[in-house]
Amino acid sequence: MSILTTLELLPLVGVLALALSPKADALLAKRIALGFSLLVAAVSAVMASQFKLSASGFQFVESRSWIPNFGINYAVGIDGISLVLILLTTILVPIVILAGWNESEGGRWSTKTFYILILISEAMMIGVFAATDVFLFYVIFEAMLIPVYFLIGGYGRGERAAAALKFLLYSLLGGLLMLAALIGTYIISTNQIGGTFDLTKLSTMQIDAPTQNWLFLGFFIAFAIKAPLWPFHTWLPSAAKAATPGTSILLLGVMDKVGTYGMIRFCMTLFPDATKTFTPVIITLAVISILYGAFLAIGQKDINGLIAFTSISHFGVITLGIFAMTTQGLTGATFYMVNHGFSTAALFMTAGWMVARRKSSQIDDFGGLQRVTPILAWSFFIAGLSALALPGLSSFISEFLVLAGTFTRYPIAAIFATLGIILAALYVLIAVQKSLHGEVKPGNESLTDLILREKIALAPVIALIILLGFYPKPVLDVINPTTGVVMQHAGVVDPAVKVGK
Amino acid sequence: MTTSNLLVYLIALPLISSALLLILGRKADKWGHLLATLVSGSAFVIGVLEFFAMRSRSGDARPATQHIFTWMSVGSFQVDASLLLDQLSIAFVLLITGVGTLIHIYSIAYMSHDRDRRRFFAYLNLFIAAMLLLVLGDSYLNLYVGWEGVGLASYLLIGFWNQKPAYATAAKKAFVANRVGDVGLSLAIMIAFAQFGTVSFAGVKEHAHHASPAALTAIGAMLLLAAAGKSAQFPLQSWLGDAMAGPTPVSALIHAATMVTAGVYLITRSNFIFDASATAQLLVVIVGAITLLFGAIVGTAKDDIKKALAASTMSQIGYMILATGLGPIGYAFAIMHLITHGFFKAGMFLGAGSVMHGMDDEVNMRRFGGLARFMPITTVTFGLGYLAIIGVPPFAGFYSKDKIIETAFNAGGLKGILLGGAALLGAAITAFYMTRVVVLTFAGSKRWDDKAHPHESPALMWIPMAILAVGSVTSGFLLASGNAMVNWLQPIVDPHHHEHGEEFLKPIVVSTMAIVVVVLGVLAAIVKYRTVPVEAPTEVSVFTKAARKDLYQDSFNEAVLMRPGQKLTSGLLFTDKSIVDGAVKAVGFSLQTIAGWIRNLQNGFIRTYALVMLIGLLALIATVWVVTL
Amino acid sequence: MDISNYLYLSAILFTIGAVGVVVRRNAIVVFMCVELMLNATNLAFVTFSRIHGNLDGQVASFFTMVVAACEVVIGLAIIVTIYRSRRSASIDDASLLKR
Repeated sequence: MSILTTLELLPLVGVLALALSPKADALLAKRIALGFSLLVAAVSAVMASQFKLSASGFQFVESRSWIPNFGINYAVGIDGISLVLILLTTILVPIVILAGWNESEGGRWSTKTFYILILISEAMMIGVFAATDVFLFYVIFEAMLIPVYFLIGGYGRGERAAAALKFLLYSLLGGLLMLAALIGTYIISTNQIGGTFDLTKLSTMQIDAPTQNWLFLGFFIAFAIKAPLWPFHTWLPSAAKAATPGTSILLLGVMDKVGTYGMIRFCMTLFPDATKTFTPVIITLAVISILYGAFLAIGQKDINGLIAFTSISHFGVITLGIFAMTTQGLTGATFYMVNHGFSTAALFMTAGWMVARRKSSQIDDFGGLQRVTPILAWSFFIAGLSALALPGLSSFISEFLVLAGTFTRYPIAAIFATLGIILAALYVLIAVQKSLHGEVKPGNESLTDLILREKIALAPVIALIILLGFYPKPVLDVINPTTGVVMQHAGVVDPAVKVGK
Repeated sequence: MTTSNLLVYLIALPLISSALLLILGRKADKWGHLLATLVSGSAFVIGVLEFFAMRSRSGDARPATQHIFTWMSVGSFQVDASLLLDQLSIAFVLLITGVGTLIHIYSIAYMSHDRDRRRFFAYLNLFIAAMLLLVLGDSYLNLYVGWEGVGLASYLLIGFWNQKPAYATAAKKAFVANRVGDVGLSLAIMIAFAQFGTVSFAGVKEHAHHASPAALTAIGAMLLLAAAGKSAQFPLQSWLGDAMAGPTPVSALIHAATMVTAGVYLITRSNFIFDASATAQLLVVIVGAITLLFGAIVGTAKDDIKKALAASTMSQIGYMILATGLGPIGYAFAIMHLITHGFFKAGMFLGAGSVMHGMDDEVNMRRFGGLARFMPITTVTFGLGYLAIIGVPPFAGFYSKDKIIETAFNAGGLKGILLGGAALLGAAITAFYMTRVVVLTFAGSKRWDDKAHPHESPALMWIPMAILAVGSVTSGFLLASGNAMVNWLQPIVDPHHHEHGEEFLKPIVVSTMAIVVVVLGVLAAIVKYRTVPVEAPTEVSVFTKAARKDLYQDSFNEAVLMRPGQKLTSGLLFTDKSIVDGAVKAVGFSLQTIAGWIRNLQNGFIRTYALVMLIGLLALIATVWVVTL
Repeated sequence: MDISNYLYLSAILFTIGAVGVVVRRNAIVVFMCVELMLNATNLAFVTFSRIHGNLDGQVASFFTMVVAACEVVIGLAIIVTIYRSRRSASIDDASLLKR
């Protein structure tokens, strides 16, 4: 059993431990969940230390026969892109548990169930990034919806049931299209190389253009809903408004990355020609997403809605980087997936604490927090700066790489996307001004500042945001070789510089 | 090239100090200001050491570099975190740390009653670090980090008293206007990368002359946009006046002496781009000329002493930008004016702060008057700055500004006459509005009410003012004697030793003209402001009204950008709710409707089910019958 | 006598039964009508057995009778139970499935 499978199963062992624990003891449940998530993080660190930067292709590979009749295997393995996303997952889960220590209160079910769902999600998130069998990927991709459905519907706020249902149905629709495309791909493989779902083998097939286009669309729409890309985004704001901060972090910070991850791993790898065919359309949608998300973020009155729309804008940037198909764009997009995870986590955490203290998520209800709760205010401010990609913070590096990489191939798209940085300043600073500055508004006078537990949860995220902004090399070195492989497989090279070298 | 290991400390010391003061919080209240001042002073010492070390080297060995680590390396995109200290950046380093340290000292007294003084000093240190990174970075991307860093520091300092909504709005406005400029800088960097495959100054310089004119013009225009944002140049000038919401030392350091001159630095640093593109240069001089008149005109009508000085800053930077557009010789004069301006304008802002300190934070000049008797030191230091800015020989402004006017006239042809004329007109208006400030504040009879008790500021405040006043007197002469500044910067801005064309006007002619218009401006102001009503008269000409409203810059921005933006936002909110999400809901709704119809069949009556079965059976038989027929 | 007359009779009986099931409300009557339909099919089976000269139809009719017997046992029991609890043998009253 490879370390990768261990990593996937470890949270499930935690689930077992939780299931055996007494229902009444909420504190014990929290401790078990935190303990196991930290253990998973430690194991993932060990795995990362064994990862070989120089090797191309998948590492820690393991394959076991699952449904031999259809050539389906339990096959896992990771390359640079999957590694950084798995690390993102394993770092964020303990932070989510610690940050939202009390957020299971007021749910429909017990605290124990809440953490069971969180750990199941973690196992699936690791699995989905590790899967190298397309069928395995699909199964986890769909199954991942279920714990999140219960997390939103059972522990959320406001119209949680409706939001959870919308999320589930929308995602299932995407999954259905992907299933159809998956079956189509399998049928083609039976004709060409003998039925298989193995990603590496499938990527060697020659598929004629019309078929490739349809199959590409099936996968792409599923990922575009997941990511979410305009105009498939409307499930996200309602889910983010209803979900607890921790769930939102897992959903937007990690799970939605499966969409953009899938675009690189499956769309580009399996259907390189169709990718090129649809690139202009997708680039347009990405640019629309960037500007549209930013404008709507400016107009949001709900703080969680604001974060949701900033994410739509940022997912536009990631998608743009992927389909610019340059080394800088692709690396920047992958790095952005990580940075967006941290920056969204910081935003949802701090906003969540603000909402929990004020008992309202309306931005207008806050005001003057800088005087009352300076540390919380600073934390929200720094998270906001990370969202507007201030140079010196990690999101700047990824955003700039995406924009520069896009500019070399699609200058017009890059110019429009760059206008987004003005809007980013607006949506962050308007929210900051309304909630932190000005006179202390009634109802805010006696809010308490961050407690030690919250500081401990937030500190690593802020530290990573700053550290990776100054010294991104360790992560970029992991991503770079994989980007090269993807580019090579898709048969694209960077545009040559006009003059000079 | 020489390597130096000290450079990184220039940035690291203030950065660490700033972080320390912010993280420690109230625990550092007692000694925070001292640490910050000490750190700023040490940076100045390092700067001086580096300066003398550089002077002792000669030729190509003068610039010093320090490679810290590889920042980004993605494919062909390689950016190092490296610092470059050359003849241009050392001038800025000395200005930033020198003036910066004086202002730290001043602020110890100025902010002594503020409960958040430690936080103020943390921001000041953050600014020093970012500004030094801006001038020391060896590539456009390193510069960009400092560029936004000073923007952040400026945002934090303008909004230092952000419990007042207007101040918080001013801070936001400054940041957003700067971001518009940042789009320009981002795009310039992207074009440079697409063209040259590198974004380091050395790399771009090496290949610049091979690039197409269109590309160079595009880079130049985008850099100019960036400079306009940071340096409050037309059309992005509107934030500077509001930025006066920040504490006065901030206005002196950031919004007069250093940060707002970053645009001049950027254009000077990119001289190889602008020298290769006449179109970009033309844009630069146009922006400079418009802004120098714009700021001067606005300055004539402001009653708020800080806003009058801010308008003056805008105008003086307009002179510098104008100079940078005038080719190799212009850069040196721009930097020279930048340094002399750093002295006299910072000095005058500190003087204004001193006046406010003595007048219970009153800023309306119509409520001053006759303060010379109560604040003799402030009056003298302010007066020396005043003489310097209007260009009275032998004060600093005389050397630097006259050189710019002269270079403008020598640009040749109609362009030269227009630019020179604009610069000369600007000088006259400058003399007018600065005289107005001095007359309204220090001369005449008292117009304040009896609650105020004007008094001279403590030594911690007037000593920095005095030092800056000395600079206002001597810096011009020192920098101009023997063409010291021109020769010092020559390897950077004029490596090919351009021969300067025929002189259109002799220096003595220009100086005479300048002195004449200055005297006229001064006299006009003295005559006009013999008596000053306490309330600003409302029956004034349209020009005064326009100048009071900053030539309608805010109304323009609101009408052209803000309101359409708000409309677009609300329109998109509606679209998202009704059309995009509406489509999603429509799918759900139609499914529900169809299901509703089908559900009607399930009425619970067995007879109905039986009938349906019967009909189904008949239909089945009929089908079979038809098919087999 | 033409043997097809038996088939006509069977069809008429079946139709009467079917109409009865659809239009009557009394559970007992509906039940009787179902019986009538079953017996109509039995008649048809037997007739066809005669026409084709084999025993298949006869066998099928025995099956039908067994099913009918089972149906009587269970159906009557249900009707009686419903009558006990609701004091009504109307099948329209027993529309619980709708809710």
